[in-house]
Amino acid sequence: MPKKEKVITWVLRLITYSIVVIIGTILFNIVKNGLPVLSWEFLSQPPRRSGAEGGILPAIIGTIYLVSGAIIVAIPLGMATSIYLTEYASQDRFNRYVRLSIITLAGVPSIVFGLFGLGLFVIFFGFGASILSGSLTLAFMILPTIIVSSEEALRAVPLSLREGSLALGATRWQTIYKNVLPYALPGMFTGSILGVGRAAGETAPILLTAAAFFLPKLPTSIFDQVMALPYHLYILATQHPEVHKVLPKQYGTALVLVLLVLTFNLTAIFLRGHFRKKYKW
Amino acid sequence: MVNETIKLESKNLNFYYGETQALFNINLQIPKNRVTALIGPSGCGKSTFLRMYNRMNDIIPGTHHKGSILIDSDDIYLEKGSMDIVSLRKKVGMVFQKSNPFPKSIWENIAYGPKIHGIKDNTKLEAIVEKSLRGSALWEEVSDRLHQNAFGLSGGQQQRLCIARALAVEPEILLMDEPASALDPKSTTRIENLIRELRENYTIVIVTHNMQQAARISYYTAFFYEGKLIEFGETEKIFTKPDQQQTEDYITGRFG
Repeated sequence: MPKKEKVITWVLRLITYSIVVIIGTILFNIVKNGLPVLSWEFLSQPPRRSGAEGGILPAIIGTIYLVSGAIIVAIPLGMATSIYLTEYASQDRFNRYVRLSIITLAGVPSIVFGLFGLGLFVIFFGFGASILSGSLTLAFMILPTIIVSSEEALRAVPLSLREGSLALGATRWQTIYKNVLPYALPGMFTGSILGVGRAAGETAPILLTAAAFFLPKLPTSIFDQVMALPYHLYILATQHPEVHKVLPKQYGTALVLVLLVLTFNLTAIFLRGHFRKKYKW
Repeated sequence: MVNETIKLESKNLNFYYGETQALFNINLQIPKNRVTALIGPSGCGKSTFLRMYNRMNDIIPGTHHKGSILIDSDDIYLEKGSMDIVSLRKKVGMVFQKSNPFPKSIWENIAYGPKIHGIKDNTKLEAIVEKSLRGSALWEEVSDRLHQNAFGLSGGQQQRLCIARALAVEPEILLMDEPASALDPKSTTRIENLIRELRENYTIVIVTHNMQQAARISYYTAFFYEGKLIEFGETEKIFTKPDQQQTEDYITGRFG
């Protein structure tokens, strides 16, 4: 290889590796400082003295509720939309606007979603600051991610499989249900769950619609306010009267949040592997 | 065409991809239980014409047609006709140029059509699977691995699987779009032998690029050129004494 080629290869390689270094540094920092705090008590107790003592159980539960709610709303909505757009919609002007809307939705800053949720769910529909309002707001925020990744997964299924099914006398829906969706689902799930992972970490959308500053009891209905991990972290890091004293708690919370998101992503990868084995190309 | 029953008929058929006209005023009668070959150079409209018979062109956006296609004298494009698109495609099976087995087991591939048409009984499905695989001369080769993925089959076997899959819904007509063009000579021979067996019971329309193939397996041949039907007649006559100069030029290899 000429020398110039070698140099370019190495420069590109170093830049690529630096990504691993960046993510590694962040994770190492969180794990190193967070791991000592992690204990059964930390995970199973409500916070005391505004979070300076005790655990983060309500925040964990709150985040799980918010994310589950977002999944229940966003995944069916997103998958249905993607099926319509790829399998049924014609390329007319209206459907071009629908696509444009989805792309625009993906670019809306998360605080704007928060304000929108505050206006629509909290105030107009009167759900108050609650799990319901927060879940719906998060659902809207991750909807474009789910739609776009589901569309990609559907488009990856070759047209010849649709033709083969239609030619046997299957209706369009039978074809989609039996001979497109089973092959597209792994991709649809993976993309969706990656979107969900993002929802778990967002602060701005729940700031105004669901999250409580300090609420050391567990929610009992979907109209309850909840604590949430990212918001709790934000409070501990910036709003707490004794910011330095609660530093270990911040790291502990960050570690739990990272682990939670990691769990979502691993689930996505596991599901993809499972489906791939079932439907081998 | 003496004493033949007409199975398929197209009347003044014109077809358009958007503004582009692909078929021009085609009138053709295809007899029952015969093999009819559609030949002509690439882009002459023969595949498009074939796909008219099971309304496969319907799924391409922006297309439309004028004129009519009749199967057993029923207009298949008539919206309120006796034949909806599902029963049409049950009656008219199709085998594609590139074999397209579903990424399921061999068994599931064959049972797919019957299941869709409401057969749930497992014993019945077993019988259909065996009959169809025997019908496409594949049974001996795969009977011990029916539940393995169809993608493990060779190219030729995959195409015969697709034929078996089409047979499983008991069609009367088989449309074949260059079914052997992607196969090696040995697999091609097997497919041709299979077509010879099938012609006893099915009306077969086959698009082919290979003129020897048309000569070997078909009873009638239609020659298409630039979206027009130039000549139709008994294969023997088309290949020895065609009426049209263009047909002769094509089959003697002067163009195409």
